Amino acid sequence: MTAPVKPEEPGSMASSSTATPTRAPHQDVPSGHQAGDGRVGGGLFDPKQLVKSFPDAIRKLDPRVMAKSPVMFVVEVGSVLTTIFAVKSPTDWFGWAIAAWLWLTVIFANLAEAVAEGRGKAQADTLRKAKTDTVARRLSEDGKTEEQVPGTELRIGDLVVCEAGDIIPGDGDVVEGVASVDESAITGESAPVIRESGGDRSAVTGGTKVLSDRIVIKITTKPGETFIDRMINLVEGAARQKTPNEIALNILLASLTVVFLLAVVTLQPFAVYAGAEQPMIVLLALLVCLIPTTIGALLSAIGIAGMDRLVQRNVLAMSGRAVEAAGDVSTLLLDKTGTITLGNRQAAEFVPVRGTTEAEVADAAQLSSLADETPEGRSIVVLAKEKYGLRERHQGELVDAEWVPFTAQTRMSGVDVTDDGAHRKVRKGATGSVIAWVEERGGEVAEDAQQLTDAISQAGGTPLLVALEDERGPRVLGVIHLKDVVKEGMRERFVELRKMGIKTVMITGDNPLTAKAIADEAGVDDFLAEATPEDKMALIKREQAGGKLVAMTGDGTNDAPALAQADVGVAMNTGTSAAKEAGNMVDLDSNPTKLIEIVEIGKQLLITRGALTTFSIANDVAKYFAIIPAMFAVAYPGLDTLNIMRLSSPNSAILSAIIFNALIIIALVPLALKGVQYRPVSADKMLRRNLAVYGLGGLIAPFIGIKLIDLLISLIPGLH
Amino acid sequence: MSPVLAGVLQLTALIAALALAYRPLGDYMAAVYSSPKHLRVEKVVYRCIGANADAQMRWPAYLRSVLAFSVAGVLFLYLLQRVQGGLPLSFGFASISPDQAFNTAASFVGNTNWQSYSGEQAMGHVVQTAGLAVQNFVSAATGMAVAIALVRGFARSVHSRQAGGHTGDLGNFWADLVRGTVRVLIPISVLGALVLVACGAIQNFSGIHEVGQFMGGTQQTGGGAYASQEVIKELGTNGGGIANANSAHPFENPDAFTNLFEIFLILVIPFSLTRTFGKIVGNVKQGYAILATMGVIWLGFTLLMMWTEFAHGGPALQAAGAAMEGKETRFGVGSSAIFSVATTLTSTGAVDSFHSSFTAFGGGIQLLGMMLGEIAPGGVGSGLYGMLVMAIIAVFIAGLMVGRTPEYLGKKIGTREIKLAACYILITPTLVLGFSAASMVMPDALGSMLNTKALGAGSHGFSEVLYAFTSGANNNGSAFAGLNANTPWYNTTIGLCILLGRFLPMVFVLALAGSLAEQKPVPETAGTLRTEKPLFAGLLVGTILIITGLTYFPALALGPLAEGLS
Repeated sequence: MTAPVKPEEPGSMASSSTATPTRAPHQDVPSGHQAGDGRVGGGLFDPKQLVKSFPDAIRKLDPRVMAKSPVMFVVEVGSVLTTIFAVKSPTDWFGWAIAAWLWLTVIFANLAEAVAEGRGKAQADTLRKAKTDTVARRLSEDGKTEEQVPGTELRIGDLVVCEAGDIIPGDGDVVEGVASVDESAITGESAPVIRESGGDRSAVTGGTKVLSDRIVIKITTKPGETFIDRMINLVEGAARQKTPNEIALNILLASLTVVFLLAVVTLQPFAVYAGAEQPMIVLLALLVCLIPTTIGALLSAIGIAGMDRLVQRNVLAMSGRAVEAAGDVSTLLLDKTGTITLGNRQAAEFVPVRGTTEAEVADAAQLSSLADETPEGRSIVVLAKEKYGLRERHQGELVDAEWVPFTAQTRMSGVDVTDDGAHRKVRKGATGSVIAWVEERGGEVAEDAQQLTDAISQAGGTPLLVALEDERGPRVLGVIHLKDVVKEGMRERFVELRKMGIKTVMITGDNPLTAKAIADEAGVDDFLAEATPEDKMALIKREQAGGKLVAMTGDGTNDAPALAQADVGVAMNTGTSAAKEAGNMVDLDSNPTKLIEIVEIGKQLLITRGALTTFSIANDVAKYFAIIPAMFAVAYPGLDTLNIMRLSSPNSAILSAIIFNALIIIALVPLALKGVQYRPVSADKMLRRNLAVYGLGGLIAPFIGIKLIDLLISLIPGLH
Repeated sequence: MSPVLAGVLQLTALIAALALAYRPLGDYMAAVYSSPKHLRVEKVVYRCIGANADAQMRWPAYLRSVLAFSVAGVLFLYLLQRVQGGLPLSFGFASISPDQAFNTAASFVGNTNWQSYSGEQAMGHVVQTAGLAVQNFVSAATGMAVAIALVRGFARSVHSRQAGGHTGDLGNFWADLVRGTVRVLIPISVLGALVLVACGAIQNFSGIHEVGQFMGGTQQTGGGAYASQEVIKELGTNGGGIANANSAHPFENPDAFTNLFEIFLILVIPFSLTRTFGKIVGNVKQGYAILATMGVIWLGFTLLMMWTEFAHGGPALQAAGAAMEGKETRFGVGSSAIFSVATTLTSTGAVDSFHSSFTAFGGGIQLLGMMLGEIAPGGVGSGLYGMLVMAIIAVFIAGLMVGRTPEYLGKKIGTREIKLAACYILITPTLVLGFSAASMVMPDALGSMLNTKALGAGSHGFSEVLYAFTSGANNNGSAFAGLNANTPWYNTTIGLCILLGRFLPMVFVLALAGSLAEQKPVPETAGTLRTEKPLFAGLLVGTILIITGLTYFPALALGPLAEGLS
């Protein structure tokens, strides 16, 4: 059952996360498109973990712990009772065997939970290391003097100073200065990030390390409630509460348990009347076989593993409720930049005006962009090289080059060069500015220049006009077409989401025209152009009023209200503390595309629960066919017809059913931890597939399993 | 024509008739329960009982009305029987004993019509018509009202709220009760009674006659409003006839045609209510899915029953050439099999043949039919709400497998909903198994059995008791002949089974309706579990059979299975 996987090292977050395929740079398409393993593959499982978690499983036998799961509590009570009966008649091997296997059933259930929890514990230990006791340099109120206090004594509003080499003592906002910070303790990402006062990059997390410069931080959380504390609680499962659906499922399982308890309790008077009074051990065995032990044993492991799958993708869910909600999401709000398109616009083509050639435009555009370090500028150089074979000229090759940087006033940039005595001035920039520049210098503006730029705008692109002044005088050469580049694979992703019944809405600050062009290209269902935070909020409320659940990502302080309003609000770890506080999940990688994976993990969690419940209930049919003839074939020989598995003896039949019941739990632990295979298809197809595998499979599997166990038991001499 | 062919033809004719009535009757009932207008006669009734039929009720108010009305019904019926000795037109019958009067009152108010008396030897015209027949109408109308309230719970949406209603409104019980009686049950009953009379059923208030028998000698026979009682007895899935022989008696059911007609009456409202349901929730396909679920189970049970009865396994039956014991020759094996499945898969309990005399497996099919909770198609109203509760359970278990928290008809099945549905499905197994088990350890209760271990028929005797409580708790009312149920123990416990088995589920159904009505509906997307598809109907059939099967398998193994496999 176990996939051959690399044993997970109990090492750092960094090492565990390298095993996770999703830890990729932002512009990458989310994982999942690899062949083979399921979409949201993931929870690794190593049989060694079973051995390691064994002591925990024994500790969980405490009835106060067991009472949390009504089904397994009943099994534990049954184990105690059968043990007592076995002790009373110590020569009866059957009683001892049943007692032993009932205990194993309980222990296997505990083991499943312990293994699920164990994986979080390793991560928590690493986090604890980062949370070594720090000494804070607290500023007095007037800001002049510093005092050394333990990090645990900091209060909200305290100001602390951190310099290169200091560990930041608590969560807060930078109020003064700028510094590079190593956040690898939390994110596993070793490249330092910049944190500065004001704006959306002011949040710092306790336990991270300042690498350079000096910053003053205003503490925003109490000790013990910091981000790292919450993370530890979350991954350890200490903060885990049962989610609404899990509670509902527990109620259903409890009521099924009551039904079967009733069926078994009333069976004895029926049996007495029939002249076939049953030993208590047999009745207890029947009860344990009937109550839904498989799902009862694995239910909490499934929940813990679901949270764990998020943690492995560096997403922290602040509540299990949010993970369940993720499965129900029907509208996804996706920021255009960084999620749907690559971070920046790129040059797509050079369009000459009448009378010039593409090559001329390319040459001038490249020249003007050599000193332009913006991504747009770089993309122009790259395009010129790739499409027109223009070798990249180094700035040093051009003597007497005078670079004209872009400013908000001139809205253009370029270069003045003197090459072999020939003066050339090249400019590129906003249409209006460049035209003005040409006209100002008495040059001519080609009639089709305006036409070309309009056409590009209408197609959703950004036109940059290129002009040249040389011996032929100032003139417009052509237009650079800058456009958003939709990430590879996004279109297919949106098609899949649509199949799953999820609507995607692109959020962008662009004008509607541009937004529409990109929306069409990316294949999203809808877009919100020139979006303000209020617009976003209104959109979320509108969707929710129609009964839909909405998920979004955000990082800025002005995203906070919308993040709080959304059913699933994923805050980027690079975001402000307000945003992180408002959302119910934090993505440590700050990768907005991950929202899609979060939805899939949510769905997978629910599917796993449903599949194992169905399997568990379907299993019972076979158990009746094993146990009922074993119990009553003596009183009513005709009932032996029901022994369709032809089990060797009544005792062996009952024991085989009990053993199957226990072993199936262990056999399904990997599935519970990994989650059932998930593919984005319509609800109909998914149901058909899962019903076939877990419904029909659940009906048939125990017939085979019980028969095999019975064959093995019948080989043991002297047990008849 | 061979008996098998005759049976198959009758079954085909029945299905055709039901299919013809399905749409018009379903649409008509949807209109009846949705119309804002009151008929003049209804207004008179509202004025008499002092009800404001336009006031919307939330679930507690609706439930209070249901319970108040039913308690009043039990008390009235109890008193009427207790004073029968002093009533006119009573053939001189005495007043009924307290335990039997309680049992009968509970039984008729609970739409069960379990009878621990012989109608023609115990009940006079007044009790029959003013007491029992009235309850035959209103207990059926009550069941329909509760079902409609649940359907409204599903149907309530933002739109209905914007139209001025309040969250959680379920309609008005008095309006639903009166409309169900006046506009649905009475008109069909009048037409049906005319058909029965035309075919030879009796309808009079005459006294007792001395009539000669074929073989010489005389017997006493009383008159009565047989035809009118008969039609509502089937149409309202009540089952309590005037004659002890019930629908096997020629006064109630003269010939093969009336037999088929009565089966039609039993099934027509429960099946058509699925159309009403589809209309009210605004998607008739959802109704078809429920219809398909009911239809598959009903047809499957019917075919199984015909197969086991025609096969007539066992030496005695082989020798006789047919399993005719307890069946009327004018109906035959096929028609009797169809009737007995229809009556046990609904809460009717009328019989045209004797269930105890069916083959062992036949008896098992009747028992299992009731144990399913009488939901295929079930009693009028109670079948629909029982099926919808099972749909909620099926959606909850399997719906997770599409990767969303479960929802049915746009309403989320959360903690509260599943708690109520779980309580609902616990009630009847508790009553049936609990009381059957108690009877197995009480010498008095065991003494009522006709078939005993001493006679080598222990498993059949056990079936008698199991059948009695299954019939009572599921509000069926049919009896597995043989058990002497007119004892204080059975009168009291079965009476309790009837009341608890009828009204506790209603409590949970109405609470469920209230909870659903308060929810904002979730729009359907490609990710939603499609509950109108055949796949879901199949899933629902599987869920019902497995859950019921698992609950009752041990009991069935020791009763009909032990008998049939020996």
